[in-house]
Amino acid sequence: MKVAVLKGGRSLERGVSLRSGARVEDALGRLGHEVLALEADGELVKRLEGERPDVVFVAMHGIGGEDGTAQELLEILDIPFTGPGVAACVRCIDKALTKHELRAAGVPTPDWFAFNQTAFRELGAAEALGELEQRLGFPLVVKPSRGGSSLGVKFAESASDVPAALVSAFSYDDRVLLERFVDGRELAVSVVGDEPLPVVEAIPLPGHNYDFEARYEIGRTSFVCPAQLGDAEAAAVTEAALAAYRAVGCSGFSRVDVILGEDGPQVLEVNAIPGLTDTSLLPQAAEAAGTSFEQLVEKILELALTPARA
Amino acid sequence: MSEPPHRRRAHARGSDLERYAGLFAARTQVMRSSAMRDLMAVTARPEVISLAGGLPDTSTFPPQTFAAQMTRIAQESAAEALQYGPTEGFGETVDCIVEVMGAEGMLPDPEDVIVTTGGQQAIDLLCKTLVDPGDAVICEAPTYPGAIPVFCSYEADTIQVECDAEGMRIDELETVLERLDGEGRRPKFVYSVPTFQNPAGVTMSLQRRQRLVEIARSRELLVVEDNPYGLLRFEGEPLPPLYQLDGGDFVIYIGTFSKILSPGIRLGWAVAPPPVMDKIVLGKQAADLCTSTLTQYFVREYFRDGNWREYVESLSEIYRRRRDAMVGALGDYFPPQATWTEPGGGLFVWATLPPFIDTGDLLAKALREDVAFVPGQAAYVDGRGANSMRLNFSAGNEDEIREGIRRIGKVIAEQVELYGALTGERPAESDPRSQPTQADSTVIPFRKAEGA
Repeated sequence: MKVAVLKGGRSLERGVSLRSGARVEDALGRLGHEVLALEADGELVKRLEGERPDVVFVAMHGIGGEDGTAQELLEILDIPFTGPGVAACVRCIDKALTKHELRAAGVPTPDWFAFNQTAFRELGAAEALGELEQRLGFPLVVKPSRGGSSLGVKFAESASDVPAALVSAFSYDDRVLLERFVDGRELAVSVVGDEPLPVVEAIPLPGHNYDFEARYEIGRTSFVCPAQLGDAEAAAVTEAALAAYRAVGCSGFSRVDVILGEDGPQVLEVNAIPGLTDTSLLPQAAEAAGTSFEQLVEKILELALTPARA
Repeated sequence: MSEPPHRRRAHARGSDLERYAGLFAARTQVMRSSAMRDLMAVTARPEVISLAGGLPDTSTFPPQTFAAQMTRIAQESAAEALQYGPTEGFGETVDCIVEVMGAEGMLPDPEDVIVTTGGQQAIDLLCKTLVDPGDAVICEAPTYPGAIPVFCSYEADTIQVECDAEGMRIDELETVLERLDGEGRRPKFVYSVPTFQNPAGVTMSLQRRQRLVEIARSRELLVVEDNPYGLLRFEGEPLPPLYQLDGGDFVIYIGTFSKILSPGIRLGWAVAPPPVMDKIVLGKQAADLCTSTLTQYFVREYFRDGNWREYVESLSEIYRRRRDAMVGALGDYFPPQATWTEPGGGLFVWATLPPFIDTGDLLAKALREDVAFVPGQAAYVDGRGANSMRLNFSAGNEDEIREGIRRIGKVIAEQVELYGALTGERPAESDPRSQPTQADSTVIPFRKAEGA
C-alpha cells in the first residue's frame, strides 16, 4: 500500500511532529508499505494530487495539523487519512469547545471560564476577574484554549498572578481558559478504534513539573503503564475517557487526559492526534497491551480505511 | 538495489523506554536541554528573522583565500594534515594563539596552552578536571547559556552573581564567598565572560577586574576568564584581560578562533598553570585524543598571510553597524518600560521587559510574526530572567535586524496593552505586584552605553 506520512507544519509542536512522523515512517517501512514522507508545506496539495497515496498517515500536532485543517484538505482530495475526522479535530483543538461538549454529554471536567482578548480589551472583562476567581478558587490554572502540549499553561497561586498568567496564555491563542485546579494523579487513556488501552500515569520526577520540556524527554518524567489503580478506579477512569472520546466524536485513535482527584476522574482534554514519539504515551500504552508499534500503526491504517467515520 | 524510501534508523519501541531509563547516569537528570528546544526548532524556518543565534558572519571570509589555503595544505602537507596530532595541539597553532593573545596585551607561556575543540570544550575539560558532584561553581547572572549545560552535566552547584553595567558585582561575589566559607565550602572556580559578555553585552570595569584578581590571589581561588569577543571592539579603549592582571597564577584563560575567524573550524584553547594543565591534557586524551589536525593546518596557513587582524577589524566594523541598527531600532520600537544594554563590542544585546512579560511565552507570539530571540531564562539556572531576552546582531544585516526588532516590539506592545487592560490601566512601574520580581532585571543602568 502506498502510505504518505504527513508531518512538520508550522505549529509550535513541529519538532514533536517530525519525530512522530519519522517513527511512523520506520514502522511502515518494516511493514512493507511504500512510504512517502510529506512535509506540510506549500507544495502539499500538488504533491498529494501527483502521488495519490492510498492513505495518509497524519502525524501532525497542534494548530494546522491537529485542528482539522489538514483533514479538510484530505477530504476535499478524497484521500483516506488516519485519526479523527474534521469535526472531532475542530472540537478537540479548542479546550473550551471540548469542555462544552463534555459537559453536555455529562462527562466530568473541571469548572472553567473562557475568554478571548476582545473581552478584556474592549468589554472590560477584567472587572469580572474577582468574581470568577472566587468561583474557581486558588490555585487556578490559566491555559491557552487551543494548542497542545503544555506550552503557556500557568498556575496562579493568588489574584496577583492572574494578569501575567493571562498575558502568557494569550501569547499562544486569542482565547484562554481559567480552570479550577484539581489536585490528583495525571493519567492518560489512549483509545484505538473504540478500544481503550491501559491507563498510563505520568509522574514528574522531583524538581520537574509536568511541563513542555519534561513531557518529551526520557528521564524527566516517569511513566507507569499500566497505572497502579484499583479495579474500580481504573474502570471509572477508562469509562470517563471513553465517554469523552465519543462525546467529541473521535475515531481512529486519540488520547484523553484525565486527572484523578478526590471526586473521581475529571477529563482535562482530548488530544485528537497524540504524539507517537519514543516518549509518547499512546505507544507505551499499546505496548503494555501487547501491541507493538508496527501492529499499532497497521491497526490505525485499517481504521482509516474503514468507511464509518463519525 | 535502490535505497529504500524510508529511514532505517533503529527506533526505540515503547517497551525499550524503561530499559533506557534504567541505564541513564544520574547526571542526566540534571542535564538541561537548551531552553524550549522544541520551540526553537520552529526558529529554523527560512522565513524567520532569527536574532536568537550567536552566529558570526562567515559570509565575509573570501572564498578564494579559503581555497588557496586548503590547496596549499593539500599540495604541501596532505599526509600530515590528514594524520592525528599531539593532544596539546601543534606548536605552530600555539604560536598563532600567542599572537592572538598578544593583540590583547597577554604574554602566555606556550607551555601553558592547550588547543581544544572550540572554547566550549575548554569549559567542559575544566569542569571535568575540577568539579565533583555538588561542588560550587560561581558564574555571572545572566551567564553564557552554553556554559549551563556543562555545569549541570558535571552536577555542579551553580551559583549566579548579579551583573550590572560594570559586569559581575564583586561585592555580591564576596558575600557569596563568605556564605560558602560559613558552610565550609570552597568554590571550584568563578566563571566569567568579562568583556562584551554573552548574553548581557556588558564589560567588567577595570576596578572590578582588579578587585576580582585580588580576591582570587588572597583566597587562592581559580577564576576562569572566557574571552571570545575581546577583539570585536567597536569603540573605546580596551581593558586589560584578567589573565594579564593576574599573570596566569589564578586565572585560567579560554580563547577561541570562532569569532575572529570561523566557528566551523572548532578551534579554541585554554591557558592554565602547569598542574591544572596536566590534568586537562589527560581529560582531553580521553575526550577526543586531539583537536582536528586539518583545521589546525588551516589556521597555520591563515596566520602565515599575516592579515588576520585586518579581517577582525573588518568584522568589527560590520558588527558595529549592526549594533547601531539594533540599538536604534530598540529605541524606535520597544516600549518605554523596556531597557537594554548598549555593548561596545561582541555579538549581543540584552533587553529587559516589564516583569509581567514572560519572554518564553512571548517567543511563541513572536514566532507567529516570523522573528526569534533567546528567552532570558536560558541564561539562568534558577528560572530567573523570565522577562529578559538575548538579541544577536552579528548574523543578520541591518535591514533584517531593524525589521526583526520592529516585529518583536509589536508583540511586546500588544502584551503591555493587554496587561494594562487586565489590571485597569495601571502603569506597570507602580504596580505593587511587580516588585518582588524586580530583582530579576539584572542589568540595571541599561541605556547608558557601557563604554568598556
